[in-house]
Amino acid sequence: MRILEICRRGLAFFEMMLLALVMALAAPATAQQPATPVNDRTAHEVASQLRCVVCQNLSVADSPSEMATQMRVIVRERLAAGDRPDQVIQYFVDRYGEWILLAPRRHGFTLLVWLFPVVVVIVGLGATVLVVRRWTRRANVERARPAAVDPSMRERIRREMETEP
Amino acid sequence: MKRAWRWLIPLSVVPMLALLAYGFRLNPRDVPSPLIGRPASVFTLNTVEGTSVSLEAHRGAVVVVNFWASWCRPACYEEAPVLERAWRAYQDRGLVLIGVDIQDTPDAARQFINDFSLSFPNVRDVTGKVSVDYGVYGVPETFFLDRRGRIRAKHVGAVSEEIFRQHVERLLGEPA
Repeated sequence: MRILEICRRGLAFFEMMLLALVMALAAPATAQQPATPVNDRTAHEVASQLRCVVCQNLSVADSPSEMATQMRVIVRERLAAGDRPDQVIQYFVDRYGEWILLAPRRHGFTLLVWLFPVVVVIVGLGATVLVVRRWTRRANVERARPAAVDPSMRERIRREMETEP
Repeated sequence: MKRAWRWLIPLSVVPMLALLAYGFRLNPRDVPSPLIGRPASVFTLNTVEGTSVSLEAHRGAVVVVNFWASWCRPACYEEAPVLERAWRAYQDRGLVLIGVDIQDTPDAARQFINDFSLSFPNVRDVTGKVSVDYGVYGVPETFFLDRRGRIRAKHVGAVSEEIFRQHVERLLGEPA
């Protein structure tokens, strides 16, 4: 029985060693695999925010060019390496500047691009309301005031009324 | 007060027109690189013949990295003889010139190299990673690296002898 126990322990030890060996051997192989599974939608969202550098106003996601294809591969590789979408975008911004972004960022100087149209719309609406109010007020005043009738015209009307059978 | 208002609306158009005029005068392809003054990304790429070329091996030298493609007409065809002449003139002074062929086929690249008898190393960026690392958005583009491996200048379009000499002389004149 004791021999059997020793054999069993030896076997368990051997199994553990074998498992450790397999894991050690498998480690470099798994390191080559994507560390994080890449979500297609995430990769597409990142690519759709980036400008295709060889196109006119097309995103990396939409362009059929070779350069855009290569950039899409880089996006997927970086996401697979564990980068967050904003880190992948920053990777391209570091190399191309904010020009690579199809939509300017909402801070700093480029915030003006986002705010300016809103300000213009508000000012335009305000101006329209003021002008319309002024027009309606003027129209009301003119309606309230009886139209001035020329005395000669009044005399003529009176005469015609009297001669009317 | 009323008169001021009457003028304010037409006057408010003036800054917008000025902004538009300024925008139309700019070249949309002329994008400032954020990489100027920053360390150049190192790379190891193979030539068409399969010889490995590493940027890191040339640390301490003034390096010119030129991105080109055989389909890039006429700019790449204009600058190829200029680059070859400049390379022959400066190689004795320790200048390193590396051509990087992008989005091309090996045969077309080989033909281009043979047609212009290019004697400086020309590597192929098959995956496009080096192009992205240098923020390349077209060809040709030329980067001038100082002895410390920093990108000091970028030229978009065919490089002329004068531009090449101007950048290289400045960088060669700097202490190591």
